[in-house]
Parts: sequence; C-alpha cells; structure tokens
Amino acid sequence: MAEKLDRVDVVIVGSGWAGGIAAAELSKKGYDVVCLERGKDHSTEDFIGAKDELKYSRRIEMFQDLSKETLTIRNEMDEVATPHRSNETNPINGTDTGGSGVHWNGQIYRWLPTDFEIRSKTIEKYGEDMIPEEMIMQDWGITYDEIEPYYDKFEETIGVSGEQDPLRPEMSRPFPNPPLKETATTRLFKKTTKEMGYHPYHMASANVSEQYENPDGETINACVYCAFCEQYGCDFGAKADPIVTVLATARRHDNFELRNNSYVVRILHENSRATGVRYVDTQTGLEYDQPADLVVVGGFTFTNTRLLLLSEIGKPYDPVANTGVIGKNITTHSPNLTHLRVRGFFDNKKFNRYAGSGALGATMDDFNLEQLDHTELDFLHGFLIRSTQLGTRPITHNHVPEGTPTWGQEFKDKSLFYTHRNLDIQQQNGVLPWRYNYMDLDPTYKDAFGDPLLRVTSKFHDQDRNIVRYAHQRGKDILEKMGADHITVPEITDETEFDHTSLGDHTAGGVIMGDNPETSAVNNYSQMWDMENLFVVGASAFPHNSSSNPTNTVGALTYRATEGMIEYLENDGGLLIEPETERSKS
Amino acid sequence: MTDNGNKINNKSTEEKQEFDSSRRRFVKNTGMIIGGVAGGSVLGGLLTNQFQSDTETTDGKKEPAPATEARMFFTRYEDFVVLEQATERIYPEDDNGPGAIGLGVPYFIDKQLAGKWGVNAKDYRQGPFLESDPTADMSSLTRGEIFILGLRKINEESQSRFDTTFAKIEAEQQDEILANFASGDVDMKGIGSNRFFDLLRTATLEGAYSDPMYGGNRNIEGWKMKEFPGAVASYADIIDEEEFVKMDPVSLTNYQQKS
Repeated sequence: MAEKLDRVDVVIVGSGWAGGIAAAELSKKGYDVVCLERGKDHSTEDFIGAKDELKYSRRIEMFQDLSKETLTIRNEMDEVATPHRSNETNPINGTDTGGSGVHWNGQIYRWLPTDFEIRSKTIEKYGEDMIPEEMIMQDWGITYDEIEPYYDKFEETIGVSGEQDPLRPEMSRPFPNPPLKETATTRLFKKTTKEMGYHPYHMASANVSEQYENPDGETINACVYCAFCEQYGCDFGAKADPIVTVLATARRHDNFELRNNSYVVRILHENSRATGVRYVDTQTGLEYDQPADLVVVGGFTFTNTRLLLLSEIGKPYDPVANTGVIGKNITTHSPNLTHLRVRGFFDNKKFNRYAGSGALGATMDDFNLEQLDHTELDFLHGFLIRSTQLGTRPITHNHVPEGTPTWGQEFKDKSLFYTHRNLDIQQQNGVLPWRYNYMDLDPTYKDAFGDPLLRVTSKFHDQDRNIVRYAHQRGKDILEKMGADHITVPEITDETEFDHTSLGDHTAGGVIMGDNPETSAVNNYSQMWDMENLFVVGASAFPHNSSSNPTNTVGALTYRATEGMIEYLENDGGLLIEPETERSKS
Repeated sequence: MTDNGNKINNKSTEEKQEFDSSRRRFVKNTGMIIGGVAGGSVLGGLLTNQFQSDTETTDGKKEPAPATEARMFFTRYEDFVVLEQATERIYPEDDNGPGAIGLGVPYFIDKQLAGKWGVNAKDYRQGPFLESDPTADMSSLTRGEIFILGLRKINEESQSRFDTTFAKIEAEQQDEILANFASGDVDMKGIGSNRFFDLLRTATLEGAYSDPMYGGNRNIEGWKMKEFPGAVASYADIIDEEEFVKMDPVSLTNYQQKS
C-alpha cells in the first residue's frame, strides 16, 4: 500500500531539460514544486576528472539502467518484439539528475517554419498526392512565429554561442554569445562548400564560447575544447545542462524539492483529473503517492508515452483502425541510417582531431526542406550537412579506408596512420511518421516493478533510405572537392532495416501536439486534451522529426508549456486552447 | 565444451610445460614426471609462477611483473594463453609499437570480465531470449561465458586442424582460425563465432586504448601510438591551429585530484 504524502501544487516527472525548465519557472512563481527523478543525484563535481572513454563511451555510465527497465523492438505488427538489452548495443536515453541534458553535445538548431505546418505546406506546394500512402504527417498546431520567442528564451537560458544561418529567417535578436573558435576542419569545410556555391556557417553551441551569466543569474563557464562532451558531464561547467542552469535556478527557492531515486510508476487520476503520481523509492522499495494540483510529465519520449499507457490516460493509438493517439508518430534519427556518415581519408593532411567540443563544427542548410524542390526527388523533407570536431577518442575512432581488414597488422597500421587524417561529412535528415510505426505496451516483458515494457513497432520505408542515399552523394561531392584521397560511402540496401541499433537519442512522438484531440494528445501548451491539469512536455510532443537536433525545440515548447501551466494555475483551470472539432484528414 | 572440473587434461598440461621453457627446465632438472598419477599438490605447485623468471628487460635486468597482473576471472591458465595469443593477432606488435600482450590487454580483459561487465549487470536479462543470431549483448550467455566458450573453441579448432594448441601454431595458422571465427564459419554453442569475435576485437581495442588505470594501455604506449593526448584539461590554445600539434599523453593518474 502506497504511503500518501502531503499535497503540493505541482509534481514534475523527470529532471532533464523539460522537467528542469518547468521546475525553474514554476518555482520562481512561488508554487510548491516536487520534481521526481528516477536516477541518482550528481553534479559538476562528479564530472571533474571524468575523461574516461571506457567508462562513459563504452560502458555508457550515464545512460538508463536497463536492468530495471528497457523497451522491446520489432518491425511488424505480427512479429514478437525482443528487448533492447544493452546500452553497449545502442545507448538511447539518460538517467540521473539533469537527464540526457547532462551528457548531450549541445548542438543547437531551430526547426524550420515549414516543419510546424508541414502537411498544409506540402499540400499547398505539391498537392495532396505528393504525400505517400501511410505517411501520417500532420501540422503541429503552432506556427514558427508563435514559437520563435520561446526559442529565443531557451537560447538565452543556455547561452547559445553561434551565428545566424544565412538561409533561415532572421532571428529576433542574435544569439547571446559569439560562435566557438574555427579549426582547420571548419575552415576547410567552409572554404570548400562556399566554392561549391553553398552557404556554410558555424554551428550553434550550448558549450559556450565566453563565460556567461544567463537571465536567471546562473553562470556557465567558457568552453576549453577538451573534447569530452558527448556521453560525458562537463568537467568545467562549460556546457549548458539542466544542473548548472534551470535546476540551479529552481534550487534557489525553498518551495522546490528534487527527489532522486524516485521511479514514477503511475499518474494518478480521478474523474478526468490528475491527482498526483505514484512512485517507488528505489533505495527502499517503498511506494509513495504524491498528490498535486498540477502534474507535469517531462521524461524522455518513452517514459512519457509509457506512463500514459500504464496509467490509462488518453486513447491508445490503434494503427489498424487508425484511431486513438497515445503512441503514434514515433520518429527518430537512427544511428544505423540517418546518422551513417560519409568519410574521407587524407594521405597528406593531418588535423588535430583529438581536440574539440560537442557542438563545434561547420554546417549548411542548402538541402533543407525549404531549399529543395521535391518534384524531381524520391523523398520528402530535407537534410543538413555538417562537419564536426567533437574530439575523436581512441577506442571508438579507428576508421580505415574501404578494403582494409578490420583486425591484424594492416588494420593496426592504417587505423593509426589515419587517426588524425580523416573527416566525416554528416548528414541529418528529417524523419516523417508512418501509420504502422508506433508504441504500445509489450505483452511479455516486464520491468523491475512488474509493469509491461514499452514496445516499439517500426520499419524503414523507401523514403527513409532514399533521402540518406541522396545526402551521402552530396557529402561525397564535398569530400572530393576537399581533396580526400579515399572516400567511404556507407552502403544502404533495400534490406537496410530498423533494428536494435535504430532508436536514437533524438526519438520523438507518442504524445504529440496538434489542434485536434482526435489526432493529437496535447495542445500547443503541451496540455493533455483529455486531462486539463496534466501537461506532457518534451520530444514526445513532436509529430515528426526535423533535419536538425531536437533539444532547442524541446526547450522552446517547454517554455511555452510553462506559460500555460502558470495561466492554468492562476485562472482556475480549463483548457487553454479551444480544440478543433473536425477530424483532420490523414 | 564441457568443464572438466578438477580433472586436468594430460595432453594439454604437457604441452603447456613445453610452451613455458622455464617450467620445463625445472621439470627436466628435477626429473619429475607430470602425468595422470601426479598428486594435486605437486601439480598445483608446478603450475604456479614460483619457478618462472621475471620479465627480462633489454639491458638484462629483471623486473618483477606488475602486482596488478594476476588472473581474477580466468581460472584456467590455458584459456588465458589463448586470449593472449588471439588479442596479439588482432593487435600485433609492429614498427608502430607494442601489441596487445605488450600493452597488457589480456589482463585488462580479465579484469573487465571479473567485474559487472562480465555478468552484464546493467543489461536487461529477463527471458525469453528469442533473438536469432544474437549479438554478444543480446545473447542469453553472459560476456564471461562467451569468452570462455570462445577461447576454448579456438583451442579446439587448433587441435583438430593442426593437432596442437593455439599458442603453439604459426601466426598464419592462428590468423586462419581467427578469420574463420570472424566470418562466423565456426560452430559455437549459443552464439555465432562472428559475434564472439566482435566482442573479442572490441575488448582488445578497449584494452589498447583505455586509460592505463584499467590495466591495459601499459605505460600509455597505446595512446602514444595513437597520438591521443589523453586527459588534457584544455585545448583552447591549440584548437584553431592549422598544423597538427603533437602532445605527450597524460593519464587520469596525473589528472584527477589526489590527496
């Protein structure tokens, strides 16, 4: 029997970017806020001296403990799904204070105006026939102009260091900090792509270029390019993460409490109102009910989706009947497709590849959704191209030209020779949703508390493969112009399929936003249509994945959501947006 | 392969004596015979290291082996010898510098298998295990079990093809066997031989290039070959350099705060 705790104004599930932003904004307003984090407490002092590739990049120290909970994966509805057993196969999402926001790379992009109205704009430009059967793309119920102030707000919070993308709409004001430094590789990429007529610019970064105090008074230190960002906590407090920004802000208030080792297992509700959450203290095994007036679910895509399904809130998506919403529109940047990279090897050029920063690089938007004319192409959406310098650590970077053995003397010799003599050109493409790609509860496998695991059913379509093939050719063109002596283009066959290495840390959907309760779970304040005092924030709200990294959009949507939460609390409730009643075509 | 428990296979024991010259000399000098009749205590004494010489350095001086180099996980020396030989073929000594043995990779792997990695502690381990052709991570076997099965299978293959253990065949013959494992052409119980080989290869690179505190990358020789500077606080002063900047590597021993 769960012990009932004292009521608070707001309970938040998760302490990553989504939960952390909500924690800061609601605490500042004086509400009693409890934030429940399933993982342990840690902070910058835990990351000092953490330059340990084996521990963090190979044993995946900072990611979810899969012995307690994982998810299962299959391609088709008639198959039995199997569990994703090890982070070493593919690390997906984080845990502990600050969540995945602690071990991210800090790459910052805004999504495109067209992304938010993708269905309307596609039909307007090409006609409805352009959208393939079973592709369930839909508008977000928000426009770029509406979300722009919230992008700005998140960028100020995290001290983004960058410059205006020459091909995108002018920002309402410049980023708060200048871009990170140039390197031999960013100079080469920019020179080459400019000569080819493209529009390169410096990647925007949440690893800040100069010491910075954000509007909440939190200080982020200047990045020193030590090259341990991805999968690591920052040694220097130089990466904007929830711990040094929004959680620090929340913790300045006595009305805020962060409770670690608290695994939320249910959202409690009565008569279509959330009444709180039930969680397990993982250090004692005891269950607690935390009552609250407002419940904010701010976990990763999988946590948010699964909690709604386990708690029987919202209508589960049924792909056959094409009804329901919870679990639909899962999309991801797959490590084994979207993130496959073209690599160039230089016999006579040597770069300082060991140095870098998580969001250091040059990028270009010449092939984005708005730049391409899709009439002659065999895919929709678009992609970015970039060359990054994140720091190539030695266990995970042993690239050799095609035809080289993967072990033995020749492998050793060439992998050493090319360690600092190779560059990859990365493409990242928009990923669109499909009718039969979805999430539900697994009928067989259980977590450590006896609850069903989340099950992902997903497969690649020709669209997904074609866009990557096309992008790889553009990357190859650039590497040729750069003067690479050997170029490796990953092979993508019709058999390249979604598998246990396909779910990236950019996975989105499941509790998507929109303007119609029949096709979306939340409105553009991330407020559940079916339960007005429940806000589900994070990438779970994205109806599709764009071609750039998702965190800026998570941050922006969460800032908007917090405005909605405050309005809700101040004005005695109600839906913040009138739903569209007519079911949109899909 | 089934475990023989306390029974020691006579043939392989004799071969191991030959492989280890110092021990063979001792046996010859004392006139002792190793065979089925030898008592456990005599045999146990012979198979320990007390009669072996310490590592001889180039100037003829003897250096004791590092005190951290003893087997935690591998109970059979014979398995460990296969591990040494196999990792050395994957990452051989050459003009660039030491190979897997010289870098301490076999002891690194032994230590890893003795800890939580060897028993898949952070992995989801509930059955049923339904994957066909599972990777090492997805197998119902633990990583420790996969290593034992794989290394013994390597020795079995050597015995059946060349009538002697893996440690005693020529490098080309060792490569031939390993190549068959790598391509998945050797039948193994519960896991494809290519999956075992992938695990072995990855662990070898981990041992060559992880921080020396884990027991591999001895004397930071792995990083020296790789031109990886290791735990360097800041590259702010060189990040924009056009030319390559070579730096002496630093391990965490010299980076982390100490009392």
